[in-house]
Amino acid sequence: MLDDLMHLVRGMGVTFGTMFKKPVTIAYPEVKRPVSDRFRGRHELKRYDNGLERCIGCSLCSAACPADAILVVPAENRDEERYSPGERYAAVYEINMLRCIFCGFCEEACPVDAIVLEHEYELAAYDRREMLYTKSMLLVPTAAGVGGTPQDTRGRDVPFRMGGMDYFKTPLEVKRALPAGPSSVGAGE
Amino acid sequence: MDAIELGIVALKCLVIVAVLLTGFAYTTFLERKVIARMQQRLGPNRAGPFGLLQPAADGVKLIFKENITPVGVDRFVYFLAPIVSMVVAIMAFAVMPVADPITVTIGGQVREIRFQLADFNVALLYVLGITSLAVYGLVLAGWASNNKFALIGGLRSAAQMVSYELAMGVALVSVVLVVGSLSMNDIVDWQVAKGLPLIVLQPVAFGIYAITAIAETNRAPFDFPEAEQELVAGYHTEYTGMRFALFFMAEYINMITVSGLAATLFLGGHHLPFVERFTGNLPWFVDIGVFLAKVILALFLFIWIRATIPRLRYDRLMAFGWKVLLPISLANLALTAVVIAFLAR
Repeated sequence: MLDDLMHLVRGMGVTFGTMFKKPVTIAYPEVKRPVSDRFRGRHELKRYDNGLERCIGCSLCSAACPADAILVVPAENRDEERYSPGERYAAVYEINMLRCIFCGFCEEACPVDAIVLEHEYELAAYDRREMLYTKSMLLVPTAAGVGGTPQDTRGRDVPFRMGGMDYFKTPLEVKRALPAGPSSVGAGE
Repeated sequence: MDAIELGIVALKCLVIVAVLLTGFAYTTFLERKVIARMQQRLGPNRAGPFGLLQPAADGVKLIFKENITPVGVDRFVYFLAPIVSMVVAIMAFAVMPVADPITVTIGGQVREIRFQLADFNVALLYVLGITSLAVYGLVLAGWASNNKFALIGGLRSAAQMVSYELAMGVALVSVVLVVGSLSMNDIVDWQVAKGLPLIVLQPVAFGIYAITAIAETNRAPFDFPEAEQELVAGYHTEYTGMRFALFFMAEYINMITVSGLAATLFLGGHHLPFVERFTGNLPWFVDIGVFLAKVILALFLFIWIRATIPRLRYDRLMAFGWKVLLPISLANLALTAVVIAFLAR
């Protein structure tokens, strides 16, 4: 009986003592827990330092995607209107965030490190249509003082990385079968 | 009783209701905050500074909730039950003395204003009677709801009441025996005159009162009528919106009432019997503060116990009430009676 009472008192002591401990709650919208470096959040389409898009429209991300969330429509670059260092670029690049499972396979599949899953995770929206992320939403802005795409790169060497190697001399003056003038699909973004 | 007297009484009624409702709101806030801290959480902190407007937000939410009346309820009783709970809860506070009376001059007449709605010589009996009526609200709600969980909750509250109320009554009788009066003011004055609170003379009675008061207000660990894990929400399962809020209010106002009763009977009421030996009688506004502090202390104890002790099995309370509390309180009563008789010789 007295023993039971002591248990009660000890229990009361625990709760009273806990009251003066620091709460473990993280006041979320104001305080955010840091995410791991390898955290897979919202995708970003990266650029080179000179402002060119890394994405070469190869659709490997789309092929690798187990949730079939990525749509890539490639188009040909032209020297007077160049989006990416390679021959092609993504005229349309869409990720359906409602389908995406954030597995990161797209990131692994990308030969030019164009798509990276970054640390943003607040992806709620009021409308399903808002969850269709377009290229303009995914593409990171250019660094300060660097021109955006499309660029006129006639007569310039543009560095790009493909298959883990840097390519500095790109044969930009290749002859194309496409007719001159504004591209039918290339005006994308 | 003239018009001014009547006005004063009406004003007192208004003040009591207003203070009790505000007290209810902030008791819920205190509870949520304290329990949160005891569980290393922050508790409500979104509405207003430190979350102080949380009770207002809760109130607005409950008012705008849909009032659902389930099919098959006994409509009259179903609507009556929360009203019974609430009315009874507020009524019990009427005899609580909160401060020393003051004298003011109104219209050329000197009047004494008591910080108490009604001072009559059987006040303690009145409180016990009224608080016992609270169980009707629960039983009626459980019966009228046409819901098995509600019914079991209501039945439990009735079964629970018979097992603790006796011990509580006997424990309080020992207090009455010591003081020789059922009037709240007499009990407080006795403690001031003797210079020590009754908890010193009657620790056993206080302990029994504290335990039974928790059962009386259906609080954890004796919250069987609304045991969530067993009975959904118990007797108020079928109540929504403001009707539910009335039960909720009644529970917390009952907490305030039994805390006030504990303060009055055992802790010296609105006086500080130990301190006032040296300082003399304190002014009325200090009295109110003293009473408030004691009530908040008791409320904290309620919350603290809820945060610590898990719910008992409900037959355990009955066994505990009948086999432990009642014999102890009877022995305490007998002992008190013998000592008083001995001292009186």
